[in-house]
Amino acid sequence: MAYNCVVLIKQVPDTKRITGEAMNADGTVNRAALPAIFNPEDLNALELAIQIKEKFGGTVTAITMGLPAAAKILRESLYRGADDAILLTDKRAAASDTLATSYILSCAIKKLKYDILLCGRQAIDGDTAQVGPQTAEKLGIPQITYVEQLIELNNQTIIVRRNTGAGWQEVKAQLPVLLTVMDDANEPRVGNAKRLMKYKDVLAPAEITPDSGIDIKELEKKGLLIKQWSLDDIGADLNWCGRDGSPTKVHRIQSVVLTAKESKTVEPNQAGITNMIHELIIDKTIS
Amino acid sequence: MIKVNRQGEVWVFAEQHDGKLEDISIEILGRAGELASKLGVKVAAAVLGENVAESAEKLIHFGADNIYLAEHPLLGYYQTCSYAKILCEMINKYQPQIVLYGASPVGRDLAPRVASAAKAGLTADCTDLQIGDHEDKKSGQIHKNLLLQIRPAFGGNIIATIINYDRWPQMATVREGVMPMPLPNVGRKGKIIRHPVHLTHSDLPLEILREHKREKKVNLKTSRIIVAGGAGLGSRENFRLVWDLANCLGAAPGATRAAVDLGFIDRDHQIGQTGTTVRPSLYVAVGISGAIQHQAGMNASQKIIAVNSDPTAPIFNIAHYKIVGDLNVVVPMMIKAIKERA
Ligand SMILES: Cc1cc2nc3c(=O)[nH]c(=O)nc-3n(C[C@H](O)[C@H](O)[C@H](O)COP(=O)(O)OP(=O)(O)OC[C@H]3O[C@@H](n4cnc5c(N)ncnc54)[C@H](O)[C@@H]3O)c2cc1C
Repeated sequence: MAYNCVVLIKQVPDTKRITGEAMNADGTVNRAALPAIFNPEDLNALELAIQIKEKFGGTVTAITMGLPAAAKILRESLYRGADDAILLTDKRAAASDTLATSYILSCAIKKLKYDILLCGRQAIDGDTAQVGPQTAEKLGIPQITYVEQLIELNNQTIIVRRNTGAGWQEVKAQLPVLLTVMDDANEPRVGNAKRLMKYKDVLAPAEITPDSGIDIKELEKKGLLIKQWSLDDIGADLNWCGRDGSPTKVHRIQSVVLTAKESKTVEPNQAGITNMIHELIIDKTIS
Repeated sequence: MIKVNRQGEVWVFAEQHDGKLEDISIEILGRAGELASKLGVKVAAAVLGENVAESAEKLIHFGADNIYLAEHPLLGYYQTCSYAKILCEMINKYQPQIVLYGASPVGRDLAPRVASAAKAGLTADCTDLQIGDHEDKKSGQIHKNLLLQIRPAFGGNIIATIINYDRWPQMATVREGVMPMPLPNVGRKGKIIRHPVHLTHSDLPLEILREHKREKKVNLKTSRIIVAGGAGLGSRENFRLVWDLANCLGAAPGATRAAVDLGFIDRDHQIGQTGTTVRPSLYVAVGISGAIQHQAGMNASQKIIAVNSDPTAPIFNIAHYKIVGDLNVVVPMMIKAIKERA
């Protein structure tokens, strides 16, 4: 039996590579200076979906909500093995928190045929791990979080192993289901050269400026146009989208300031160190 | 979603496994009590499970005024959908103004499901919670006495304070180990309010086939002294220095993610944003650069000793005792000094 997999992916700033250049003079992060990357655990989700397709047949659709630039990770999904890619982009979706984001994603997913939804356990910019479970709730389907291995897929049932923090569990569910996938589930493949040649000219309409000379109709005919949906296209209720649809708001942002505490420099010799240990014994830090 | 309800209680979702309460729930209960007294309301815990009345008593000792108790054989095992359903029912019925969860695997699985069903806000992984006012810059309106949900964001490089002034309850998950445990008072009295449970098998869509529990190799959270090693140790063999120093101090050995990734020590020992958060009396950082993600897990330590050959290592910014030198020389000197004094 073949399965339709839909993978929810996100483009994120590479928070692992915060260097001097990415810091503003006041110590805050300059997001624009950080490279935008495919959220790492979303690659594990995509890999699992592609493995399911290879083993059982079916389709893999990658979907992302973001700025037009996020089309880049959709292209990367196509290079790796996705069949279809959808860009959800709309100015009115800006400033959506996880609740609004999951509402918008669920409206889009309702337009698709799916058996298994997959997403990364969490995104490295917010680290919330909320959008997956919230999307599952909105669609009224069960979620299985922290998946580290697919054990069995048979007709309409799935068995996976999930990490419980204190060990693991093997759980069984009826499809459709949403899985959130951990980084140790698999080793994501890189793009395939043939697919790269096939899809390298793929664009989303939002990436095409009128003066670029690119003919959208022509691109579409060749199958090189990414599907692009606005909030109207998915029939989303604007009251639940963007800033208005988001219960959580930012009250304040502070950069992490390193606190200069009372400190002593200890000479790296036996006398200095013995002295320090003595001090710690006297103040009862060491008993 | 419930309306803004200033009389609403402050709730903690009390996580238990096989009738044993998780420490994180008690830690949060301590802070929840402080928040509730600032707001002049009661603090309560929601307990779901099978045969958990004993946990309910214990929560009263740790500060809960009211316990909302849902006991049912089908709640014996945690499952997202059944737990979310019952907790949502309780929230709708009793209208708490704040609901807090541990940022544990269960809390992070359950809370978003509840938030989505309740159409309420949720902030993940808070490291601090306070009560404060918020001024809406656009309308100039001031919202008083909100829950300030404080958390690191952006890989730990910024601290964000999040609020929710209209779609309540205000909800957050809270990191383990960041709030001190309250002391129990066995004489404390509280009220237990039973919530009727109606569940069918369709509320339990998962079947748990097998389960494997792994004993944690180390308990970092309760250790008074921690000796942690980083990539600077160079090898698994050389990491022995950390074990030796820890042994003669009666300390627990900790590590950075880099040291864990390099295979120097097991992942249970990792301290930091994606590891354990600790607040010991003494933290000895050996061959650790002091990345922000590591600091996030240890900067509340009362005293910090840093040993690093690089005088510009960020760990020195938060250290009380700075030792610039080769750990292979310094650590044996420390061991010698301790052995001589003891
Ligand atoms: C999302 C995210 C989450 C993360 N979570 C965590 C986390 O939970 N915990 C964590 O620890 N990290 C975490 N990290 C990784 C973190 O950014 C750092 O990479 C890591 O903490 C570095 O570990 P380290 O200090 O051991 O290694 P390094 O940064 O390589 O530092 C080694 C230090 O050893 C010193 N040294 C070398 N030789 C000697 C010697 N002979 N004598 C004395 N000193 C010596 C060097 O001067 C250097 O300062 C996370 C990163 C990301 C992006």
